[in-house]
Amino acid sequence: MASVTAPSQPDTMVTADGIPLKVSLKRAERRKKFVAFLLVAPLLLFIVVTFVLPILDMARRSIDNPHIVNIMPRTVAALENWDGQDLPPESVYEALVQDMIIAREERTSGRVATRLNYEISGMRSTINATARRAANLEPPYKEALIDVNRRWGDIEVWKVIQRESKPYTLSYYLAAIDRTYDADGRIVQVAEYQRIYVDLFLRTLWLSVLITAITLILGFPVAYLLANLPLKYSNLLMILVLLPFWTSLLVRTTSWIVLLQSQGVINDFFVLLPGITDANRMQLMHNQIGTVIAMSHILLPFMILPLYSVMKTIPPTYMRAARSLGANPLVAFWRVYVPQTVPGIGAGALLVFILSIGYYITPALVGGRSGQLIGNLIAFHIQSSLNWGLAAALGTLLLISIIVLFWLYNKIVGFDNVKLG
Amino acid sequence: MMRPPPYAGWLERSWYWFYLLFCGLVFFFLIAPILVIIPLSFNAQPYFTFTREMLAFNPEGYSLRWYEDFLSSSSWLRSIRNSFVIAIASTLIATVLGTIAALGLSRSYLPYRNAMMGMLISPMIVPLIISAAGMYFFYSSINLAQTFTGVILAHAALGTPFVIITVTATLVGFDYNLVRAAHSLGASPTRTFFKVIMPLITPGVVSGALFAFITSFDEIVVVLFLAGVEQRTIPREMWSGIREDISPTILAVATMLVVISVLLLVTLELLRRRTERLRGISG
Repeated sequence: MASVTAPSQPDTMVTADGIPLKVSLKRAERRKKFVAFLLVAPLLLFIVVTFVLPILDMARRSIDNPHIVNIMPRTVAALENWDGQDLPPESVYEALVQDMIIAREERTSGRVATRLNYEISGMRSTINATARRAANLEPPYKEALIDVNRRWGDIEVWKVIQRESKPYTLSYYLAAIDRTYDADGRIVQVAEYQRIYVDLFLRTLWLSVLITAITLILGFPVAYLLANLPLKYSNLLMILVLLPFWTSLLVRTTSWIVLLQSQGVINDFFVLLPGITDANRMQLMHNQIGTVIAMSHILLPFMILPLYSVMKTIPPTYMRAARSLGANPLVAFWRVYVPQTVPGIGAGALLVFILSIGYYITPALVGGRSGQLIGNLIAFHIQSSLNWGLAAALGTLLLISIIVLFWLYNKIVGFDNVKLG
Repeated sequence: MMRPPPYAGWLERSWYWFYLLFCGLVFFFLIAPILVIIPLSFNAQPYFTFTREMLAFNPEGYSLRWYEDFLSSSSWLRSIRNSFVIAIASTLIATVLGTIAALGLSRSYLPYRNAMMGMLISPMIVPLIISAAGMYFFYSSINLAQTFTGVILAHAALGTPFVIITVTATLVGFDYNLVRAAHSLGASPTRTFFKVIMPLITPGVVSGALFAFITSFDEIVVVLFLAGVEQRTIPREMWSGIREDISPTILAVATMLVVISVLLLVTLELLRRRTERLRGISG
């Protein structure tokens, strides 16, 4: 306990109940922090469970490789010391037969079949046939298995099983960047006709850049007008920006289908013009044009609103000063006004860019084949091809690129400038 | 400052008119696609374009058949009910948890404040396709896929960032001396919350709730992955309407959704004006 000696010594000041002031203050401070944390805790827990864990689970799934090691444990153990020079010894084949008998009983052989099929197409039927006939095979198993399916006499197949017998794999990530292992375990590009994802990433990037540029070109003049008109006019015009912003995404996509299809409003209008016949109807939908037009429309408010909020804070006097100092309007605009709008351009551009590289719904409905983005392939692998590992790897790659972009956003604009409504 | 001065040359004048024309076209581009579906939803024919009768303003070209179709379809009616159930439930969760958390987050002395804020608004930042994929994998593994609980929890997570942002924005100008005064006058913390804090932050809470509501009401990607047939919402029905059987019924639905968004826009604008008025009085 601190003792009160002289009031001139500040470090031993005490409160009324004899506790040193510093301790008491610290205690109160800690209590305050704890109360504030208690307020945040329920939501933190909620978001961790409903959102953060699912995302982490996706990242885990992109390297998760449980099937072979769990369903074929004997084969994996037997293959451990195989040098990969010749076909594996009889003991490995025997282990495979035992694994397949059990897998068939436990109905797990399908998972191994699917997993190996990602690595070597056609392995699905090999595994299924083997599992079906495993119980009836007689030693020597090596010859018996090769008789069931010739692939068991192929060293490559065994190398793949040996390579994928670890609980984690990079093969989904390799597939997501159009790479694979060759016979010697080196990483090589897949055959030309199988290359999809790199092109798709590049296309997604290119279309996002294009859409960002279009929204900037269309949005900048409008934001300038809104920021400089008297309030009673700009409030009215603002509705024209906010109504699309608030209208359902599906509604806006539907409108574009109505407008763009070959029997749609735009084409009907053009056909009414002299010199244009039914044969001239333009293909505006089910291609990249459709995706770009519809997405530019949908994302335009996300460009206008941040630009507007920045332009609103720029005093008009700077431009007047520049003009009075002899700058012509273009120079004054380019060298005095535009640099002040850079935070708004940065915010709007990154917002639109990030939204568009993750877009899924609009390209799926108006994009056709050539207007698909990476998000559509993720959905395809989840819902149709059921290759969840590859979907997770593509999703994780996309997420990483977005985190990098947001880090940039934070550096340039800062999250405190996030404004709504 | 916009209009060119009287002494401006023809170049400056024509540039000015060109600029206004450009802005007019952009506004047209923004609003026309939304307005065009409204008359088309009254089309008497099953087409997605204007018929000759419609262009001649012949009453026979117009009808309410797609609205009737909508109201007599059990799957559309179920989707309305589902949309409201899911949106209201997830808004309630998001608003309650989000408001309480915003009260804590607005204290500058909260440790790791920025890190927590970042994590809590991440559902707004991560693209929906990634959130939906992650949620689909995870919720399937804990048997929440294709249940109302799953969709509601997912939508609540997506809605909370909006509540946090709007409520913390309202709390920026909040005078904590009012809370101290209430405490010193003997009010319990709960009473202080409902009698002092709540009336002042209500506009922020309500607009956050509206954002959360519309997020859930419009959300399609998560629903596409997580919802079964029983949980189909309006956007989900529209999605199959567009993909499978294209009929102008979706235009009738779209028109009604536009009306809802107009109502929402008006409510938000009134709220914004109320906040500004209150701010004007207090400071």
